[in-house]
Amino acid sequence: MVEGSAEWSVSGIVRTMLPLLCVLTAIELVSGLVLESFEETLLAAPSLLLLVPVTIGMGGNLGSVLAARLSTAFHLGLLSFSPTDDRLAGNAVATIGLSLTVFPLVGAGAWGLTAVVGETGLTLATVVLIALLSGLVLSVLAVVVTVVTTYAAYRYRLDPDDVVVPVVTNVCDVLGVLVLFGVYRVVA
Amino acid sequence: MTVREIAAEAYRETLPVLVLSAIGGLFAGLVLVGMEAELAAVPGLLVLVPALLATRGNVYGSLGARLGSALHQGVIEPTLDFGDERLNAAIAAALANGILVSGFAAVLGVVVLRVLGSESAALSTLVAIALIAGLLSGLLLTVAVVTVVVVGYRRGLNPDTLAGPVVTTTGDVVGIATMLVAARIVLAVGGG
Repeated sequence: MVEGSAEWSVSGIVRTMLPLLCVLTAIELVSGLVLESFEETLLAAPSLLLLVPVTIGMGGNLGSVLAARLSTAFHLGLLSFSPTDDRLAGNAVATIGLSLTVFPLVGAGAWGLTAVVGETGLTLATVVLIALLSGLVLSVLAVVVTVVTTYAAYRYRLDPDDVVVPVVTNVCDVLGVLVLFGVYRVVA
Repeated sequence: MTVREIAAEAYRETLPVLVLSAIGGLFAGLVLVGMEAELAAVPGLLVLVPALLATRGNVYGSLGARLGSALHQGVIEPTLDFGDERLNAAIAAALANGILVSGFAAVLGVVVLRVLGSESAALSTLVAIALIAGLLSGLLLTVAVVTVVVVGYRRGLNPDTLAGPVVTTTGDVVGIATMLVAARIVLAVGGG
């Protein structure tokens, strides 16, 4: 995609990217509206507010890393879309394992940082539990979204790198906010 | 390879990047907590947070990926003195995309809030904050991405593996911090 001067002109790059960026922005506004509806809760519980960007980011990262790995494996002919495919299963297990490793640490970090600057609003155990459960649910959803999107790209012959990574990242961002508040409502 | 070996390899390769980005995300959250007064003063600002953060990742992550591929293929020169026309065009386009999409997010956000009957600050206030934040974050992230990718490439590192972590770690912190600065500027000038 590097050859040709149109691909390296300012207007060329803007024309190619702007429509997709606007669609992704519209998707992200959904999570913004969910945040807004919880604004009072968030302001009363700063540790929960502190978890928002990191949960959004981790959701997107889990999805985009998995998407990139599956796309590469698929390009190399190492992947078939079958539930018994070893590479698919191995990467799915790794995604869930990564999430279960990092999210409890994120919860503890969020509580610790909030404690340093002021009121936490929630106990350490509650924040770690919220982070752990959010991470678990989010990683399972990230696997489902990524596999479905990668498979759709393959069926409709779209380049997985161009389409799958941005779509998966942004959908997982939105899921991050929804899952965080879903778990908060159940736990707190 | 067995499922277990594949899982272990994916886990090992991904963990460092995720930990780095988690640390970045936590500090972004800390800035967000410090932004409580501005969030309260500008209704609707919180709605824009996920969209503006995602825009930083989408636009400057893609700039990093583009520059990485182009360096590999010898299409651009690894120079930091603005002497490469294609590099300059890629930077200008990323800045234009970042600022335009930020403005779009603010306009769409206000329209949706009005339709839903929710409270929101004046359209001009939110658009001004989004545009200023888009410009400031764009300048900072462009410097970070271009410097790391070009310098890394000169030192023999793979730019593809550098750009992602740089954007995911710095993108959220820079994204929220520039929203805070932009909100303070606009509130000081008399919006809100």
